[in-house]
Amino acid sequence: MATNRPPFWQREQYTPYLLLLPALLTLAFVVVLPLLFSLYTSFTGYRLIRPESLWQWVGLRNYKRIFADGDFWIAFGRTIVFLTIALNLEFLLGLGIALLINRITWGQRTLRTIMMFPMMFSPILVGYQFKFVFNDNIGILNNALQSLGLSDGAIPWLVDKYLANFSIIFAEVWMSTSVFAILLLAGLFAMPRDPLEAAKVDGCNPWQVFRHITLPFLMPFVFIAMTIRSLDVARAYDIVDVMTGGGPAGRTELLWTMIARTGYDNARMGQANAMAYVSILLSIAFTYYFFTKLLAARKYMGGAD
Amino acid sequence: MDGSLRKKIGSVATWGLTFILMVVICVPGLWVVLTAFRPNGEVLAKPPVWIPEDPNLNNFAKIFGFGADQVAIPVPAYFTNSLIIALTSTAIALLIGMSGGYAFARYRFSFKNGLFLGLMLSRTVPGIALSLPIFMIWSRIGLIDTKLGLIIVYVALNVPFTIWLIDGFFRQIPKEMSEAAQVDGCTRWQAFWKIEFPLAKSGIASAGIFAFLTSWNEYALASNLTRSTDSKTLPVGLMDFTAQFTIDWAGMSAMAVIIIIPALILTFLVQKHLIAGLTFGGVKG
Repeated sequence: MATNRPPFWQREQYTPYLLLLPALLTLAFVVVLPLLFSLYTSFTGYRLIRPESLWQWVGLRNYKRIFADGDFWIAFGRTIVFLTIALNLEFLLGLGIALLINRITWGQRTLRTIMMFPMMFSPILVGYQFKFVFNDNIGILNNALQSLGLSDGAIPWLVDKYLANFSIIFAEVWMSTSVFAILLLAGLFAMPRDPLEAAKVDGCNPWQVFRHITLPFLMPFVFIAMTIRSLDVARAYDIVDVMTGGGPAGRTELLWTMIARTGYDNARMGQANAMAYVSILLSIAFTYYFFTKLLAARKYMGGAD
Repeated sequence: MDGSLRKKIGSVATWGLTFILMVVICVPGLWVVLTAFRPNGEVLAKPPVWIPEDPNLNNFAKIFGFGADQVAIPVPAYFTNSLIIALTSTAIALLIGMSGGYAFARYRFSFKNGLFLGLMLSRTVPGIALSLPIFMIWSRIGLIDTKLGLIIVYVALNVPFTIWLIDGFFRQIPKEMSEAAQVDGCTRWQAFWKIEFPLAKSGIASAGIFAFLTSWNEYALASNLTRSTDSKTLPVGLMDFTAQFTIDWAGMSAMAVIIIIPALILTFLVQKHLIAGLTFGGVKG
């Protein structure tokens, strides 16, 4: 052994790992370890009220049960539809808003700041706010419609099957569209002018310019926004929990509210953990998909090392 | 003439759409703010009262325990809990994030991309799904319903995103600057504190604001890991205003305003750096 070699924590090749150690330890303790535990629990018949049932191994029974449960599949399907509609709407609206604000020169800074407000709202506040707006009796929406003479009865925004889901999607889109708008606007600012000029000289119409130059340039920004959004899609739980609690009669139940009901209200932890794993895989699939797209787009831009 | 008319229609349409957009963004929030300054009776009035007839601070006085008719909800305790939990977890997440972000920005090492992806994926786990095992473990080791329990969770929640942002800010600083300092006799540690940290400071501050807001606003985990005034945070406390069949809309709105104010102030401070951080970290990274 060479005595003049520095101890291992001072060697250059270990430095990055040492620097990352606190982060990795924290995540191991708060995320990885609990998830291993919940994986184990999902194979037991654990109920909160009977602690000894933690050791009762039931194999795949929880998974078989939830996969045979019609309500689970309805909630699962509703979650997928909810995310598809919400994310697409957020993208389209965000793109529209970014293009709109990009055109405005006077007061643009103020508009941008106002646009960021919803992003900073707690999801629980967004949920409360729209519970208030959509309330059938005292909500501002019904009040306004009645005052304007557009409706004479109280529209049951949060009770009717379709309207309740619409209201929840509205709240979700209200909260998260600004992520897309802000990032796409940053993309528009970063866009080089030359190709646009060249295309105009070559006689492209505005739609062709947008389709073949602006949009491809914006795609990496779209994927950043999608990646960031996919990290916290489950925040919709907060909104639904406040607005409808998954009700009435399970009409707005999403995967996440179902997990909470099964685990905490019905105290069936084993089964809830099995559902939780389905929701985790769903989220990871989402993020992984957009993250790989982002990496591909980055390579295309030539920025990565 | 045709061109100028078209331009005029275009700008009228632009401003019209912008106006509708701003109405949709602002009105729900404004309605909550207005409600915070009126008595609950006015909320229930038919026909609706649009502008509060006698705007006052009674709702705020009530929830902070002043005046004759106090509500039994300990908002000051929730506020202190929220503040302590959010500030502590932000400070710790920033330290961990700086160290991790520096590693990603300045070193090449094996499993680099894998580790980065792993960090990001750990953030995707839905809060409610993560809350189940944490609830079970925390109640066994006595961390349930404690501030410390929630702080630990929020640190872990914030670390991945903080690393992502800070990584982006460090990358914008040319490597050559700290290398030059090292040639001049600084150690790498000194070079970091004297050169790179001051340059990345505003970026790090905005990562901190973002982490603060995440902790301040979090609900899914907090609602299941807290029980009492020892650790309940404001978002969880908001639900105290809903009884089985009645809702104290005015009180709830006043509390909503209290939760919003720090978020709004911080939004003003953070906006420029935030956008820069996200796009640099994402595209150029």
